[in-house]
Amino acid sequence: MSDFVYADHAATAPLSKAALKAMMPFLTEEYGNASSAYAAGRRARRAVDRAREKIADAFGAHPDEIYFTSCGTESDNWVMRSPELCSEKKKKIISSSVEHHAILNTLEARKHTGLPSELLKADSNCRINVSRLKEALGSSTALVSIMAANNEVGTVMPIAELAEASHKAGALFHTDAVQAAGHIPIDVEKGRVDLMSFSAHKFGGPKGIGGLYICRGVPAGRWLYGGGQERGLRGGTENTAGIVGMAAALEESCENMEKDTHRISVLRDELISGVQKIPGAHLTGDPENRLPGNASFVFEGAEGEALVLLLDQAGICVSAGSACSAGALEPSHVLLAMGIPPELARGSLRITLGAENTEDDIRKILEVLPDAVARSREAAGK
Amino acid sequence: MKKKVLVGMSGGVDSSVAACLLLEQGYEVAGATLHLYNNEDTGIPKARTCCSLADVEDARSVAEHLGIEHYVFNFGPEFRREVIARFARGYECGETPNPCIDCNKYIKFGKMLDRAKLLGFDAVATGHYARVEYDEKIGRWLLKKAADASKDQTYVLYTLTQEQLAHTLFPLGGFLKPEVRAIAEKHGFVNARKPDSEDICFVPGGDYAAFLENVMKFDSKSGNFVDVNGNVLGRHKGLFHYTIGQRKGIGISFESPKYVLKKDCANNTVVLGDNKDLYSSTFAVGNVNFIALDHLDKPVEAGVKVRYSQSEAQAVIYPIENGKVKVRFRSPQRAVTPGQSAVFYRGDTVLGGGKILSEEMKQL
Repeated sequence: MSDFVYADHAATAPLSKAALKAMMPFLTEEYGNASSAYAAGRRARRAVDRAREKIADAFGAHPDEIYFTSCGTESDNWVMRSPELCSEKKKKIISSSVEHHAILNTLEARKHTGLPSELLKADSNCRINVSRLKEALGSSTALVSIMAANNEVGTVMPIAELAEASHKAGALFHTDAVQAAGHIPIDVEKGRVDLMSFSAHKFGGPKGIGGLYICRGVPAGRWLYGGGQERGLRGGTENTAGIVGMAAALEESCENMEKDTHRISVLRDELISGVQKIPGAHLTGDPENRLPGNASFVFEGAEGEALVLLLDQAGICVSAGSACSAGALEPSHVLLAMGIPPELARGSLRITLGAENTEDDIRKILEVLPDAVARSREAAGK
Repeated sequence: MKKKVLVGMSGGVDSSVAACLLLEQGYEVAGATLHLYNNEDTGIPKARTCCSLADVEDARSVAEHLGIEHYVFNFGPEFRREVIARFARGYECGETPNPCIDCNKYIKFGKMLDRAKLLGFDAVATGHYARVEYDEKIGRWLLKKAADASKDQTYVLYTLTQEQLAHTLFPLGGFLKPEVRAIAEKHGFVNARKPDSEDICFVPGGDYAAFLENVMKFDSKSGNFVDVNGNVLGRHKGLFHYTIGQRKGIGISFESPKYVLKKDCANNTVVLGDNKDLYSSTFAVGNVNFIALDHLDKPVEAGVKVRYSQSEAQAVIYPIENGKVKVRFRSPQRAVTPGQSAVFYRGDTVLGGGKILSEEMKQL
């Protein structure tokens, strides 16, 4: 049994060997700028082009629809803050209360400029109901943005239906697919998605690189003024190594998706049934429509913050809630939006598995967790 | 085996030096910064950066400098319940509460100590200026004044129980503040020259009335200023705007200076009078905690301090009904204020203390 169990893949995944291998030349001898005219620059350009093709391929998109950014948060900001996606008549954005803060805080800031938005409520499984969206849609709706899968409880959303309803009302559809990309099949055409954010480090790529899919004809507008990179929309020297690494990781995870999904969800189900034997433990999120690696819980009377540190002492990395900028854990806005009372939401724990996790890891978690929950309850009950 | 100590690190110079001294004394040390409130809790617009972020960064920087682990604990719910809510309730009842005392009792030496024990630490430490000693003869832990009398913080620590004191270290108890700053300078801590904090931490700028109005949504129930005989002198803005002994800000001019003598919650009146009327000799305290003795069974001579920034005065403390204590000063003291605490000393040693009660002041 290994001493260290990494089970926080929704936070970040380890860099895949394939990604590292693909990146190495561009971190060492191939340092040319992809915009330079000489051979070294042209080699970098080719690598970026090839990566763009691979990524487009993985999502069923055209290469000219893939734009590189620095992360998922940047991609979300681009979409939420694009004036071109709105007009005088259509300026409302509909999103949901269980989105990532990259969406929620951007919408909050947008509200101060007088632009309207509405957050749909999720059900107790964290699903966004299509009929609820239909009620909210109107002629003034410019854009709907619903995540493909939730980062905290792993609920997978009915994206195709939500997109279809949005289109019928004349609105564009964006999805934050940061948690979904590389983990569940994504086809932008079948999903009828107009815009989609993704981030490399969630599927085995490096940190500091992400992307935005912009369907042909969708006027996302210029995000960063600069040297004309990314078809003039997002200036800035290409992060060649990052781009290449992201493409290699995505290609690898798509190739292994079926096999990994099966193996990881078997482990996850074993973990869930083990954890559910702990009295007062409740699975959060949708039991059916769920990311393969996500096992999220709330424990009555326990504190997620204490559980994370107790598991850390046993060499197990998991998470609870989301950390504020000071590093303290805030009760999850997602759990609160699902109607879980604040006291219970404080006892949350998110275990997210990845390709390298084993049976032994699950055994170790199940060995340590019940005692940690009991001790946390005892301390919290004082 | 090395003793494991968790140091509460506020990001200030005192707790940083406390951590440093414990390391030098051979303890295994980790730091923890408590996240106690968000901007919304203090009336700062949500969009602004987290108010305590800079302090957390300072604490983290010092911890990194010392090579120790650093944690951030979110005790927001406990802080809102045990400190902010009690603070508001005190003002609601016409008292002038001291939230630092509740924070030490419920948060730093309550919740943080519990968390420390849960994580396998033997004790907690803070940068408070006070000393803890074990007295073998009486078999009790004692709380004693700090070597730096001008910095002594025993007044806000009198609620500590034997169990809490047994697991508490105050490494700065024997140091003078300039020595502490010198240690911080020597180690190049980022916060070596950071000014001492003085305001109530969740009331930035110290305007507690604005905090109660804007954040706690207190109604400013206007009422009458009256004299000691009940004659109406004018209108006040709401009881919580005033504190006992206050002269400025009454907003009415009198022939001789008038002071706030009393806040009468039942009638929503503020009683004004002369400075000499502020002096009293006896009052009662409740919520009593004794440290150097198990309980008070007979009258005892003590130095009694009735607010943080006041020196103690000689008194006799008497046990009265329901565990309460009556204090009788040798000579009358100015502005004994309900809601503040009275702390009893014998020499350097804290005997105990309790909260000053309003209702019984006159009958005694």
